[in-house]
Amino acid sequence: MTADLMLELRDIGKSFELHHQHGARLDVLRGLDLRLHAGECVVLSGPSGAGKSTLLRVIYANYRLSFGAVHLRHAGRWLDLARATPHEVLEVRRHTLGYVSQFLRVIPRVPALDIVAEPLLQAGMGEGEARRRAGDLLHRLNVPERLWLLPPGTFSGGEQQRVNIARGLIVRRPILLLDEPTASLDAANRDVVAQLLAEARADGSAVLGIFHDEDMRDRVATRLFPMQALEAA
Amino acid sequence: MSALLQVRGLGRHYGQRIGCEDVSFDLHPGELLCIVGESGSGKSTLLNTVAAQQAPSAGSACYRQRSGGWLELGALGEADRRRLAREEWGFVTQNPRDGLRLNVSAGANVAERLMALGMRNYAQLRDIARGWLERVEIDPARIDDAPTSFSGGMQQRLQIARTLVTQPRLVFMDEPTAGLDVSVQARILDLLRRLVNELGLAAVMVTHDLAVARLLAARTLVMQGGRVVETGLTDQILDDPQHPYTQLLVSSVLTT
Repeated sequence: MTADLMLELRDIGKSFELHHQHGARLDVLRGLDLRLHAGECVVLSGPSGAGKSTLLRVIYANYRLSFGAVHLRHAGRWLDLARATPHEVLEVRRHTLGYVSQFLRVIPRVPALDIVAEPLLQAGMGEGEARRRAGDLLHRLNVPERLWLLPPGTFSGGEQQRVNIARGLIVRRPILLLDEPTASLDAANRDVVAQLLAEARADGSAVLGIFHDEDMRDRVATRLFPMQALEAA
Repeated sequence: MSALLQVRGLGRHYGQRIGCEDVSFDLHPGELLCIVGESGSGKSTLLNTVAAQQAPSAGSACYRQRSGGWLELGALGEADRRRLAREEWGFVTQNPRDGLRLNVSAGANVAERLMALGMRNYAQLRDIARGWLERVEIDPARIDDAPTSFSGGMQQRLQIARTLVTQPRLVFMDEPTAGLDVSVQARILDLLRRLVNELGLAAVMVTHDLAVARLLAARTLVMQGGRVVETGLTDQILDDPQHPYTQLLVSSVLTT
């Protein structure tokens, strides 16, 4: 039995044109193909500058694709995210495609618990249940309860990162993109994240991520996807 | 087709001068759209034209009413325009003094729009006003004070309460945080963010502040010289700007 294909990149390319730097053009991705199946965790590997983060952002439609197509399975049908309307992209992000960056974007005055619960509210869950689940997940990630009602602006880097992971994982989305989510975590908390990812995969989520820490990479990856910086044209 | 507002090829000229030109967008229920650009880029002209405060010179803006029927806003009579402003819309101005009635109490400012909808029970009006003052973090004990005794930030929060108390389906906001101290701004932005989520507001907001757009709006229009030069998801526009002007705007923001 082969697992369901969830995401397929076909011949994608991404260039940045910098109008105010004498029209400089940076080619970061070219002719890239990738297939991601339910239940697998593919880890992007390669040196800094190989375009790993750019690839994740292109898939999330945070960066606009220059060439090719990002096909993903959403609500039982296939959609090319690079050609989807903004409303479709938002819908895909709410339900199908999650993205956890390296840093939490702190919102003034909003407490950690609400930051984590927000994606559940946006997906339609009631406030009480959403906050209860947010608390459970923060608890699992060892964020002390006395911090839950504080805005994370003053938290340590590791605490902020755990809030960010909780926010990113609280809705069980079929496709997860992770950009170094464990960079500033200690071993115990990396364990928790590895477990959360294993649970997501067991539930059928497909994971595509960047993990520089080799130990973490070995634990979570089912397959590596090597990347290299493009030669200067 | 579930849009609330449909704008197509909208333009507004002042004689030979272009206020805004060839603007098209859809706004869906529960969605906040930001219009960004520098002073003179046509943001406020666009907002005022879409909000039927001035007639378009070209194109159309159509609004789907609560009853389900579509209204072409350029062809709207004065009576219909007033009815929409009273029953279905809200407008938050940059200077709260333009949106508030300064010679009546804070409570009366909040209650007035409800009274315009026919609510007459004094005790009930006062209760609702008190609840809204609390919601926008104004001490309800100040209910009988005149807004002139309030700080600028309080006045802006009062204007927000006055506007949202009728639960409008569509809100227009023109730079609601400009001219306020950053700490006061943060409070108003957080408040707006919360109310937008709680009430499922649809809103069009003009701002020159990209951080405001990032915080509040899923989608953004970038304007320059009266035209829309770039449009898309706010995070796309801020993280991967395509147009030279957008690249300049984004690269000009100080990061701390």
